[in-house]
Amino acid sequence: MLKINAAGDKCPIPIVKTRNALKAMNWNGTVEITVDNAAASQNLEKFAVQNKCRYSCTENGGMYTVTVTAGEGSGADAAAQTDEPTVDCISCGRIAPGTVVAISSKEMGNGDPKLGKMLMKSFIFALANAEQLPETILFYNGGAFVSADGSESIGDIKAMEEEGTEILTCGTCIDFYGLDKTPPVGSVTNMYTIAEKMTSARRLVKP
Amino acid sequence: MPDNIIFCSGGGCGAKLGAGVLSRILGLLPRPSDKNLLVGFDSSDDAAIYRISDDTAIVSTLDFFPPMTDDPCMFGQIAAANALSDIYAMGGTPVTALNIVCFPETMDINILGKIMQGGADKVSEAGASLVGGHSISDDSIKYGLSVTGVIDPNRILTNTGCRTGDMLILTKPIGVGIVNAAKTVGEASQSSIDEALSSMTFLNKYAAAIFGRYSGIHACTDVTGFGLICHLLEMLASEHGAELSFADIPLINGAYGYARDFLITGAGQKNRSHAGDRVTFELDDFAAEELLFDPQTSGGLLASVSAAEAESILEDLKDEGIKAAIIGKVTNGKGIIVK
Repeated sequence: MLKINAAGDKCPIPIVKTRNALKAMNWNGTVEITVDNAAASQNLEKFAVQNKCRYSCTENGGMYTVTVTAGEGSGADAAAQTDEPTVDCISCGRIAPGTVVAISSKEMGNGDPKLGKMLMKSFIFALANAEQLPETILFYNGGAFVSADGSESIGDIKAMEEEGTEILTCGTCIDFYGLDKTPPVGSVTNMYTIAEKMTSARRLVKP
Repeated sequence: MPDNIIFCSGGGCGAKLGAGVLSRILGLLPRPSDKNLLVGFDSSDDAAIYRISDDTAIVSTLDFFPPMTDDPCMFGQIAAANALSDIYAMGGTPVTALNIVCFPETMDINILGKIMQGGADKVSEAGASLVGGHSISDDSIKYGLSVTGVIDPNRILTNTGCRTGDMLILTKPIGVGIVNAAKTVGEASQSSIDEALSSMTFLNKYAAAIFGRYSGIHACTDVTGFGLICHLLEMLASEHGAELSFADIPLINGAYGYARDFLITGAGQKNRSHAGDRVTFELDDFAAEELLFDPQTSGGLLASVSAAEAESILEDLKDEGIKAAIIGKVTNGKGIIVK
């Protein structure tokens, strides 16, 4: 079961998160969403009913825990909506347009290098399993090791690439560290592209 | 894109408190007894009306809300069009307006300048004078206006007064709340966003002027945060019912698709809860229901007009370029039936 914390999110964000999560699991599975107002839980109930999903909700101290379970026959209504031409983002799937993640080191944060590496691995894993994926991930300087042969994160990065995330590794960095000129995932890029991606990002994430 | 960090997602009339919550506390306030107060808050009308002589009364209203667009000037225009609308919904003419401003001290003051310029532009288009205002430092931006208008006390359009057999005319498309919800998650098309913005900045002045030429306008209100259904329920009170034809109701292009995609608001759900069993949907169309409950910001006028004059009024509205439609009729039943 996938858990989504949508407390603090205003509608329609809790519904969109739920919809994207169920789509990602091909309308087969359970999503548990936490919301902080009754209207959001009621909107999720309408969403569940319309998409032939099972719905339940428990309230505790103003927080609503909603479960939506999709199975056979679920999501038919939503699937029919892909022919709605004005919704141009359906084709983007899980991609959050404009979100760029910059990985500049083998490690996440400053401190013990061993812990830093563990954190980076788990960050990439969490990123790959979030309901929304970045449009682009940039790997440069020590970050080039994360997208290089032998990195423990290759599987997660490949999974994101398959969903449509653009994976770019700095060519100068590959040369400098003597890494394989053809990385196992994504493509090689230069500083102009890196600078352009970072400055035009709607949201730049640097762990 | 530094401009989109300043504006919150729950702006416009969607930020209104729920109708149910409000009516409970308003019921506890003392009722004024001044005989010159022709319309007070007990009738849930759009503005208060106070008679100062046999042929003149003043109309008072105020409205303000958080932004629903990244464009400060556009936000100012929408907030002003929305505040002025209450005067038009009563049949009045706005004469003066005062700014209401909440603005963070740490934010670029030029943004506030653009908001107030947008507001001033609409006040000027309305033919009224911007004469002052009050501003306080706050965590987030809110803007609106307190507007005073004048009216002939014998020609007041209250929101109750509809008669069985009346036709219901709506003067703007609905769906701006849903388009805005779609926009917050990046799923609204630019053409839908633009249509919603231009609808919200359009003054109800022009529709009101046409209504003023007819004698058969029995009731009028403007459609805002409570959505088309709840505003119509207020108009019908307990004496009348209505039949709406969803196919005849003008919509912002794209809004129907967003509603089908569940890009809906919390305020819309509050409206649905408030309407409860007073609405019967004879059509099986989830998106249609959501649109009818969708909170509007600076929505159109909803008028209950005599059937004899309805077609002529509609023609005049269309000649003026207003996207109006006859959307249903008033019955002697209870509640609203949507077909």
